[in-house]
Amino acid sequence: MSVVEAESLGKAFGRTRVLRDVTLRVEAGETLVLFGPNGAGKSTLLRLCATIYAPTSGSLRLFGSLEREAGTRRRIGVVSHQSFLYPDLSARENLAFYARLYGLAGPERVAAEWLARVGLAGIGPRPVRAFSRGMEQRLALARALLHAPDLLLLDEPWSALDAAAADLLSDLLVALHAEGRTLVVATHDFERGLAIADRAVILHDGRVAWDATRGELGAVPGAYRRITGAVAA
Amino acid sequence: MWSILRKDLLLELRTREALASLVMLVVLILLTFTFALDPDGARGAAPAVLWVTLIFAGLLGVQRTFLVERESGAWYGLLLAPVDRGAIFAAKLVANLVILAVADVVLTLLLGLVLGVPVPAAPIELLLVNGLGLVGFSALAMRLRARELLLPLLVLPLLVPVVICAVEASRIVLSGGPAASAGVWLRVLATFDVIVTVAGWMLFEQLVLE
Repeated sequence: MSVVEAESLGKAFGRTRVLRDVTLRVEAGETLVLFGPNGAGKSTLLRLCATIYAPTSGSLRLFGSLEREAGTRRRIGVVSHQSFLYPDLSARENLAFYARLYGLAGPERVAAEWLARVGLAGIGPRPVRAFSRGMEQRLALARALLHAPDLLLLDEPWSALDAAAADLLSDLLVALHAEGRTLVVATHDFERGLAIADRAVILHDGRVAWDATRGELGAVPGAYRRITGAVAA
Repeated sequence: MWSILRKDLLLELRTREALASLVMLVVLILLTFTFALDPDGARGAAPAVLWVTLIFAGLLGVQRTFLVERESGAWYGLLLAPVDRGAIFAAKLVANLVILAVADVVLTLLLGLVLGVPVPAAPIELLLVNGLGLVGFSALAMRLRARELLLPLLVLPLLVPVVICAVEASRIVLSGGPAASAGVWLRVLATFDVIVTVAGWMLFEQLVLE
């Protein structure tokens, strides 16, 4: 079953067309990695999948539905460069707040469990304002995963993380993939991205320039160079 | 809705950012009027002073209500949640009203202390006028702050009925006139509140969806 089905999808902001005629499918349990230079439309595509943006043209089905109702949103988790966390609330208060928003039973217990899972159990009462970037990103992951989403959308998840934190994140993504979750990851990091990918797509000028199957993943950096004229990171 | 409201009030209690800036603004505007008008003129202008101050404070308050989410990106966290997006509107509206109500109490007390406006004979009616005026104003302002484009220029004229009704009703109540004569203004204000609040609830999703 396709979790994401984009058909001739387009998105414009005023006169600026950010995505054009994107046709793409992501199957259940698949990890799709999106590559592309800045402005290629990766973040916009993720925000469309997250129901934050409405398409300007074409269609986007999520879990087989064109609707953007609460039931669809409940099945989606998002990790972005922004953490979506409140700096003046503690880590525990942030997670408990999101647990309540998602209608989870025992929000305080859920928050404590997730703090332990991302290695932040001892610092739950500390305000997020006092967190390092790596700690905040781990907390953002807990925030995105606490409602057990079927589809996880990640926008530059490894950016600004040190090597240890980035490895931890990669391990977590591999574990989520093994659990059968569907992942769509936008990144500039070829090494980490390709390591977890089942498929890779290169976006350029708002279009799908190349859709690589598992067997073609090794050729992605070269294709990226040819298509964008830039050197793969 | 309660989770969002609780979180907004908790954040305000912890930081007191909105309340502090609103009270400072209220004091500043009130002092400006005090020095600009002679004592008799100031007392006569009390309803106008009250609403000019409340509108400026309200615009600032609504802006701050959204700012906390915009700065941290948590706005998207709210939009992603499986809650009716109208409930986000309602929670933000109530949180904003609570903060504005505190600023309103400070302002009303200062009107008496600084401008010498006598304690109104009908304080309940004054409370009602201020409450209804703030609901109508906030429900409209919430919608325009949700988009922050050119919409404010288009929506602000819609505030005119709120301002006229609120100033007229306040004038009657503050001058010690019969509370019943403010009734017609209050009914118009209440009708306006119902319309803009229901419309805000229903249209909020369209306004926030980019």
